[in-house]
Amino acid sequence: MISSRLDRALTYAVLVLFVVVALVPVLQIVSTALSSNEHAQPGLLLPDGLHWHNFVDAWRRGHFGSYLRSSVIVTVVVVAAATVLSTMAAYAFGTMRFPGVSVLFYVFLLGLTVPEEALVIPLYYDFRGLGITDTYWALILPQTAQSVAFGTYWMRTYFSRSSREITEAARIDGANSWSVLWRVLVPSGRPAITTLVVITFMWTWNEFLLALVMVSSDARRTVPLGLAFFQGQHSSDVALLAAGAVLVALPVVIVYLVFQRRFIEGMLSGAVKE
Amino acid sequence: MANRARAAYRRRAPGEPRALGYLYIAPALLVFVAMVIVPLGQSVWYSLFNWDGLSVATWVGVDNYTALFSDPTLRGPFLHALVLLVFYALLPISLGLLLAVVMSRVRVRGLTFFRTVLFLPQVLAMVVVAVTWRWIYAPTGLLNQALRLVGLGGLTASWLGSFSLALPAVGVAGTWVGFGLCMVLFLAGVQTVPRERYEAARLDGAGPWQEFRAVTLPALRPQIAVAATLTIVAGLRNFDLIYLTTAGGPGTSTAVPAYEVYHRAFEIGQVGSAAAVGIGLTVLIFALTVVVSRLVEGHE
Repeated sequence: MISSRLDRALTYAVLVLFVVVALVPVLQIVSTALSSNEHAQPGLLLPDGLHWHNFVDAWRRGHFGSYLRSSVIVTVVVVAAATVLSTMAAYAFGTMRFPGVSVLFYVFLLGLTVPEEALVIPLYYDFRGLGITDTYWALILPQTAQSVAFGTYWMRTYFSRSSREITEAARIDGANSWSVLWRVLVPSGRPAITTLVVITFMWTWNEFLLALVMVSSDARRTVPLGLAFFQGQHSSDVALLAAGAVLVALPVVIVYLVFQRRFIEGMLSGAVKE
Repeated sequence: MANRARAAYRRRAPGEPRALGYLYIAPALLVFVAMVIVPLGQSVWYSLFNWDGLSVATWVGVDNYTALFSDPTLRGPFLHALVLLVFYALLPISLGLLLAVVMSRVRVRGLTFFRTVLFLPQVLAMVVVAVTWRWIYAPTGLLNQALRLVGLGGLTASWLGSFSLALPAVGVAGTWVGFGLCMVLFLAGVQTVPRERYEAARLDGAGPWQEFRAVTLPALRPQIAVAATLTIVAGLRNFDLIYLTTAGGPGTSTAVPAYEVYHRAFEIGQVGSAAAVGIGLTVLIFALTVVVSRLVEGHE
């Protein structure tokens, strides 16, 4: 049994090594965010005390309060709109049959592979023509559409697996398709919907390219754009930059820690196998 | 009564409420067509012109596409992207497999903890990843610190400022983001392999390498396909990391198509060419996705 004990020790040694690799870069940011600005520098260091005021400074002087506000507005609208729209579409794709159903579904699948880089140029000129660049709409509309593609794909799997018996029983009891969806299928589909919500939340919160192209005023900047801007303006203000980075990452990390399984499940489903 | 109604209903199903389906799809489809399908078509249209974004565009046909092959400043970014796929896809998958092999030999306690931590880099915004890795590669940063600590001070470098090192340096940041995802996928896969198969292989005198070739690798084929698709698509789309660490530099040594789209369209006014790069990137992503799924199916 010596070899099995050796195996065990080796396994944990490898695992711990990878845990260190995954965590050290993150710890570097957190420890710098807690250091005084005189002490802070790129690299791993023990913080010289707990300088929480870095976060207050980032919030006020770094405008992160305003950036977070923009991010919250955009994210809440995109998540709500994308969830409702894709739930409705997926309901039709998963439970109804009508001419063109599979062609239409493949059109949505296309949206899972098309990179944003192929859309952002016309979107910019279209929005400029409509006078809506540098508004939240310019961030909300394209991101809703991109999330709807994933959401429809994801929720269709749930609806096509949902029990036909329950649906039919409800129908015979006089429920129309609308109330079957919202009163029967949506409540029992909470796990699938939770996954959709947390994944859409993360994608929208972390989005950078679209915000970079569309937003020009400081008040409309979302947190990732704000952080990039801050890095360009105050690259010597290391502690503040680290505090800003923590503020950008923290909401997603918290949601991730709470909904860890749903998160991983949703992200791994992104590879379409049809 | 109810039974008969149900039977009648069954006969009508799977038609269900038919045309009503269009109504449920309409809102999503409307947003999707307006924000994805139409812009995609417009991109194709733009790519056939020479346009600086301001003055009148001139028709150039497929010239912007032939330039993707003939112009070194356009061919370069596509080659860089393929090099980066080694770091974004191949390395994470290899590391993930290594771990899967190690894990397949014993039952691991605290699996949830390991999974949570290893997956963590995947949920961080690329902007944060970029800040983190700029610091790691800074002159006084973590990497140079570590090299000095182990007596390899002679190897310290300005990682992101070097023509030859910048591309692999950015690549390693991408490996760091992706390896956890691959590991989690493969860990889940390895857990489903019946332990008897490993025991049987061991009874046959298989060493770790043969065990890997004969048991682990075939069992993980579907997970490898998923990991390859996810990492390749994410890697080719990745604009944020390049833009925020090197901005394509030094020179053009780390320029990738995703960066080139932004750079040309919004910084130097070559909108038609930028659109062609965007469409070229889309085609490349589609092609590689198809190749991956073919490779997997071909072996089943």
